[in-house]
Amino acid sequence: MATTVQKPAESATREFLQNLRNLPRGLKDACFRTGRLPESEREESQATFHNLFLHIHSVRVHVRTLAPTLTYGLGLISAASFLILCITGVLLMVYYKPSTAMAYDSIKDIHFVVFTGRFMRNLHRWSAHIMVVAVFLHMARVFYTGSYKKPREFNWLVGLTLLVLTLALSFTGYLLPYDQLAYWAITIGANIANSPRELTDALGITQWLDPGGFQKRLLLGANYVGEDALIRFYILHVFILPALLIVLLGVHFWRIRKDGGLARPEDPMGGHAEWGGELRRVFEPLATKTYGLMAVVRGQRPPVNRGPENTVMSWPHLLWAELAVLMFTVAITLALSLVSDAPLKELANPAIPENPAKAPWYFLGLQEMVSYSAFMGGMLIPAIVWVGLALIPFLDRKPAGEGVWFGTPGETRVVWQSLAYGLAVAVGMLAFTVNFGWLRNWFPGIHQLWIIFINPGSIFVLLYAGWSLWILKQRNSVRLAAVALFTCFLVGFIVLTYFASVHRGPNWQFYWWPSQWPVH
Amino acid sequence: MCPAEANPETKPSRLDPPKVTRRSFLSIASFASFLAAALTAVAGMLRLPKPAVLPGPVRRFKIGFAEQFAMGSEIRFEAENVFVFRDAEGVYAVSATCTHLGCTVARAGSGFECPCHGSKFTEMGNVTAGPAPRPLPWLEIGRAADGQLVVYADNEVPAGTRFRV
Repeated sequence: MATTVQKPAESATREFLQNLRNLPRGLKDACFRTGRLPESEREESQATFHNLFLHIHSVRVHVRTLAPTLTYGLGLISAASFLILCITGVLLMVYYKPSTAMAYDSIKDIHFVVFTGRFMRNLHRWSAHIMVVAVFLHMARVFYTGSYKKPREFNWLVGLTLLVLTLALSFTGYLLPYDQLAYWAITIGANIANSPRELTDALGITQWLDPGGFQKRLLLGANYVGEDALIRFYILHVFILPALLIVLLGVHFWRIRKDGGLARPEDPMGGHAEWGGELRRVFEPLATKTYGLMAVVRGQRPPVNRGPENTVMSWPHLLWAELAVLMFTVAITLALSLVSDAPLKELANPAIPENPAKAPWYFLGLQEMVSYSAFMGGMLIPAIVWVGLALIPFLDRKPAGEGVWFGTPGETRVVWQSLAYGLAVAVGMLAFTVNFGWLRNWFPGIHQLWIIFINPGSIFVLLYAGWSLWILKQRNSVRLAAVALFTCFLVGFIVLTYFASVHRGPNWQFYWWPSQWPVH
Repeated sequence: MCPAEANPETKPSRLDPPKVTRRSFLSIASFASFLAAALTAVAGMLRLPKPAVLPGPVRRFKIGFAEQFAMGSEIRFEAENVFVFRDAEGVYAVSATCTHLGCTVARAGSGFECPCHGSKFTEMGNVTAGPAPRPLPWLEIGRAADGQLVVYADNEVPAGTRFRV
């Protein structure tokens, strides 16, 4: 743009040489249209919408969006850890060989031989953990700030699908090292997919209708975890699931903008706007009075020079915030990867099960429920919870309390009550089953259908749903009922996950600490 | 008969079915054929990952001659996940794969115990504790041409079925 005008060249040779001299500038101009960092707001808005990667932002964002305590950057942390996962994942693919004969050895090569291989694998492992944590916390943030409400219902559903994809990605990645833990965790996982057979067997219809067997074979390509399973999990892990996740992530981001940015109350600053570094009252005309121009200007001045809705330019404010979150995520992941190595057990051995064979921590709550009955604990209850979450924005449609933490009147109280109730139910049920056993210990000849459906998890769901209905009647608010249910499920999830991680040992028996496990 | 046809002078009623012209019929038909072709293609693609052949270890193996099994003995075939017992009535084989989620059960006391989720089974394979939905399957035993006993690990037989020797 701003090239200095030079004298026209006299001959083609001179023109050629002159252009050659100008080549660096020409390249720079071709890449960056403005040629320098934006200086005015007009140029800043151009910087946003002239750039393919930045134009997913709106040109201006509300100042509240940038307040760290509204979002804690959790969605961005999820996305940033996914970015780290993509980069480290591609690097791991350079050496990883998806075959049962070579997979384990190639992971060992990556760990011990490949330059920075161990570090890349650690990064991949840790950012996977961080992504799962951040996704869960992000969901809780969106819920407790009431940000799923109209018109953001669709994005809530997209987010729930992204949650499933995130978990599926880490589940498929679990098999790839092909060590003992991988083999047995996937054997258990595939048999959970097979578990509708418990029901069809109990009803005696498996030979005609066998959705469980179909699911298992679709997943493993065989009846056992082996070559076919490894290839299928590899394809899912490195292509299908990431591709789906990237597309849906794009939709998720896009809808944030199209739904009007982050959820916020109608007038978040209470009739004030920031102007010149101080908060000033925004001019509010009285409905009963007619104003001449002079009357409008005199007295409390409306802040000019400032967007009427307290917005600031996306470039550079939002961009800096995003880069800061990215750097924070990278820093945490780097630190963890330097301190702690990703585990690798012995080579997979189909003859000897890992004892205990524990799934990754975020599936341990499910594994605890599965240890009472596989179909209910592993498929039906997760499906019920997911559908319940998906229905929330369609059942709770009052706009009150949007975009504010615990914004509905009385919400904090319900959260504390539900925390206590959910904790009591979860701890009480687990203490009960540890001390007194479950159905089969009392009624040895009990019919299988009872075993399938009366899972402690089903009792959880019933008690939590009952509590939520009670709050609905008592407090006369759909939102508070939703808060009660969500809080209970959150507590139940955390308690089950903690319990199965720490207090379950060999033979899935109760131990106070892993140090008490029998040596074998 | 509708009045519009009875008397061509009558104004057509808005309740009459809309007239389907040849153009709209053809466009609907072509769209329908496109849809049918697309659905067939998608169905074919979705059908591909369902395995037609189930690869896996051979599930039929020789376990030796009947005389090798002393009365009251039990032998665990580790690679094949099968326990073989011999009692007064004959030889029988019980699968060591837990019916809950596919872990390998171990002998514990007179019965079996699963290390993954704590299911317990009697010596006959019946469930006594834990989440297992079915008893441990008993497997078919036959005799090969060379006189050795063969376990058919894919063929379940009713509990109590013994191979008389």
